[in-house]
Order: sequence, then structure tokens, then C-alpha cells
Amino acid sequence: MAGTYSLGIDRIACDGYGLCAELLPERIELDEWGYPVVASAPLAGDALRHARRAVAACPALALRLDRATERVPDRQPAQRT
Amino acid sequence: MTDAVIDGRTTPQAGVGREGMLGPYGSRLLHGWYATGGAADLDEHLRRYGPPPFPRTADAADRLVRAVEDAGLTGRGGAAFPTGRKLRTVAAGKGTAVVVANGMESEPASRKDETLLDLAPHLVLDGAALAAAAVGADVAHLCLPRTRRDQARALREAVEERRRPGLDPVPVLVHELPHHYVSSEETSLVRWLNGGDARPLATPPRPFEKGVGRRPTLIDNVETLAHLALIARYGPGWFRGAGRPDAAGTTLVTLSGALRTPGVYEVPMGRPLGEVLDIAGGAAEPLGSVLLGGFFGSWLPAGGALRVPFAKQDLAALGAGPGAGVIVALPARACGLAEAARVLGYLAAQSARQCGPCRLGLPAVAADFADLAWGRPGSESLWRLEDRAGLLAGRGACRHPDGASRFAATALRVFADDVRHHLSFGPCAAAGDEPVLPVPDAPAPDEREWR
Ligand code: SF4
Ligand code: SF4
Repeated sequence: MAGTYSLGIDRIACDGYGLCAELLPERIELDEWGYPVVASAPLAGDALRHARRAVAACPALALRLDRATERVPDRQPAQRT
Repeated sequence: MTDAVIDGRTTPQAGVGREGMLGPYGSRLLHGWYATGGAADLDEHLRRYGPPPFPRTADAADRLVRAVEDAGLTGRGGAAFPTGRKLRTVAAGKGTAVVVANGMESEPASRKDETLLDLAPHLVLDGAALAAAAVGADVAHLCLPRTRRDQARALREAVEERRRPGLDPVPVLVHELPHHYVSSEETSLVRWLNGGDARPLATPPRPFEKGVGRRPTLIDNVETLAHLALIARYGPGWFRGAGRPDAAGTTLVTLSGALRTPGVYEVPMGRPLGEVLDIAGGAAEPLGSVLLGGFFGSWLPAGGALRVPFAKQDLAALGAGPGAGVIVALPARACGLAEAARVLGYLAAQSARQCGPCRLGLPAVAADFADLAWGRPGSESLWRLEDRAGLLAGRGACRHPDGASRFAATALRVFADDVRHHLSFGPCAAAGDEPVLPVPDAPAPDEREWR
């Protein structure tokens, strides 16, 4: 699905201030500690425009748009031995 | 040097070892141990398996990658990702590749990597050097936990033993890393080898794109590499002589809990779980449940689980996976809630404390679970626990919170009767018993203890 995007978060960089949830309430909620919970559905049209604004506003540069096509190969489960 | 894979022949190479390639009980990696009861030094190793057939040309390297693909080998470190595909991706990457052999084994219920490295160190070293040759790497790093000093010394001696006859085409470096639960994560190894903490990194980039020294990095579990060393010698057809078409080969398992003879064993993939447990003498008392995959795994009720084949596809249908081959048999008399609560407490303490949802969410889930096991919880605290555990998945830089989430969710499902009992009457009598599942008494790592 070339051209579709979804939201990604660098969880280490994210400081939980929650600006993204204010700018994009239709996609991002905050947990009880103020860290974002993101709906994983692909973004298009208006939603994509709003998402771009939220990405630009994230003070920690933690929020990003991932191209859906870039998600293959998806990250692998952790090695755990 | 004869070379089954590289010359494209199907006949295995010569070597006294071929005869007994399949040792007692179909063992391959542990064959030497069954034969001698001890660790194999280089001479014995070469007598048994013959020398590793290093590819000397790009074509030969490609044939080795194809052999691993055709063999259907999957990672034995927990992810069960196709090893051949990983080799091919790294080989095609930009820049000279690096190989990392992961022998960290941070999973407290697992002993198989430690055992393999003790008994057949040269099989692992063969695999690391062969993988390096296959992807065009110029170095291989072997990562071990700092807690196993003697083993690291033995491995350094083994590397030196191989250096003298010039066996390995690339240098193999043995490292000792901090021993914390998430220090075995691929990105933790990369970060440490690059001079940082043994703590996970945010991805992308993934290590196979940019890892050690920002070069394409192949990270494989040590057992995976040992299998690769045998596939290089005997070919994919031989490898598929054990297991099932969709779950090929043998795998090492660590069997513990209420079994007659717990320990590390080698079994063909695809055996029903019950038969796997029989190899360890079977249940020592009536079982209530099994924990598959260790602290990173899933609980299953014993009844149905024992008939399920030990293979990724079959276990996935139950929301479980082969993990790193850890199976713990929990007796029916034990309190599953108390067992699970102890593990969750450990997992919470082992968070690398880099990501909010993991740093704050895991301790909250662990505290809720402890309340369920030993306190006087109301049903609203159970709902809160379910919500909090559900929110952990997918919200960390690594999969640590995902594992804890699955562990908690499957415990609540499998121990539903215990949950009802605890909600109505408080802790059951067994909640205060000795733990069946040993949980390391490791305090949360200090900020300075990650390097
Ligand atoms: S705005 Fe950025 S830093 Fe703040 S919560 Fe959202 S993703 Fe995290
Ligand atoms: S999810 Fe947890 S363990 Fe993983 S990197 Fe983040 S804080 Fe560390």
C-alpha cells in the first residue's frame, strides 16, 4: 500500500507531555501517566494532514509518520534466551 | 576439504562423526555429550563432525545461504524468524557486515545456551565463523553474560585453539556483558558493542540495516549458529531428516518444574508437548498448567496443551510460541497467581526504564498482580489490572512490555479459577508455598550497571 502512513513513536525519546493527544485526539489518547496510546489504523486525507501537524509539534521529536510500505519486514520479536 | 553444501553434493562429507551424526535419541548438537559425557575439545569436535566447510567464493557463500533457507532453520532464541532470510538480508546490505553470536541467555528459566556453550563450544564457533563467511562479515562477536566468567575463559581458550591452525577465516571476539533481562535484546548488544549501555535502542534502524559500527549486523542465537554449522556440513535434506516440513530440525529445550528429571534436552521440532515432557521423565505429580517460553512466554492449561505439537504454527493458534525452548510444568497444587506475581515483579524491576509505558506501567501491573495473589483485591482492581496489562503491548522501544502483557493476560486466563477464589476468599493456602518457578533475586539494575 504505497503512499499510506501510520503513526510511530520513539518510546525512548517520548517524554509523555501529551501535546500530540491535544492536536490529534481522534488518533491519540493518553494513559494514566500521560503517555500516548496510538490507534494503528493507516492515515489518509485530513487525518494525515492533522497527523503531520502533530508530528511537527512534538517537542521531543518522538512522533513520526511511518510509510506503511516501510513496515515490512516488521520488527522481530525479541530474542529471549 | 570436502564440502557437501558448497560443492552442491548431497552426500555428507567424510569424517568419523558422520556415522553417529544422529546420536542417541536423535541428538545432533548434544551428540558429543551423549558419547562422552563431557565437553568436546577441538580434536574431538573435528573427529566427530569434520572441519567446517568455509565458502571461499561469493557463489559458495550464496549456496550456503540457500542451504540454510532450504533447511528451514528458524531462530532458536525466541523469535523463530527464518535464519536464511536474515542471512540473505544482511549479505545484501550496504557495507561489510558484522556477525554477533548471542549467548546472553537472560531468560531465567533457560539453561540451553549455557549448556551448549559448555558441551559443544566449537559447534557454536563454527557456526559464527560460517555465518560470517556467508554474509561477508570481517568479524564475529560472541556475547556472553558477565556472570559466567569460567565459560567466557573457556570460550576464549577455544577461540585461541582454533586460531593456531588458522581454522577461522575471521577473528572471533568473546565479550562479557552486564547480565540483565533486556540486555540480551538485539539492540542492547549492538549498543554495548558500540560502546554504550546494554540497554535496548529505539528502532529503526534495525541492526540488520545499521548495527555494530553502523554496518549491517547479523545477530543470531548461539544454538541457531550451531545448527547452521551442521547444515553447512550435511546439507538441508539432512537437517530436515528431523522434525516436520514446516518445523524442521531438532531444538534444545530446558524442561523444569514438576518433572522427574528436569534439564536440557534436544528434541525434534513438532513433537506433542506431552511427549517432550516425557523425555524429562514425565510429570512427577498431577500438572495444572505449563509455562511455555519462560518469563517471556505464555501460560497454557496442562490438559489441552500436552497434545499440541511443539511448533510455531500450532502454538500460535493458542497464542503461544516455542520461545527459546523453555517449558515449565506447574503442578495442580501450586498457586498460579503467586507464581505469576513473582515473575511480574521481576520483569518490572528489569525494565530498562527508558520508556514511560514500561517504566511506569510494568510496576503498576506487577503491584496489581501481587495484590491479586496475596492481598484482598476487589473486582474493580482486577479490571484495572486487565486494562493496564492490555495497554503495555507495543508501547516500548523493545518487546519487554509486550512479553509482560502476554504473561499477565495468559496467567489471568489459565488461572481463572484461582482468580475467582482469591477475589472471594483472599489468598489460597498454596499462595504462601515455596515457589515452583525460581525467580532470580535480582534488584533493579542501577543506572551505572548497564555498561
Ligand atoms: S508530543 Fe511527543 S513527546 Fe509528547 S507525548 Fe506525544 S509523542 Fe510523546
Ligand atoms: S520497553 Fe522497557 S525494557 Fe524495553 S527499552 Fe523501553 S524501558 Fe527498556
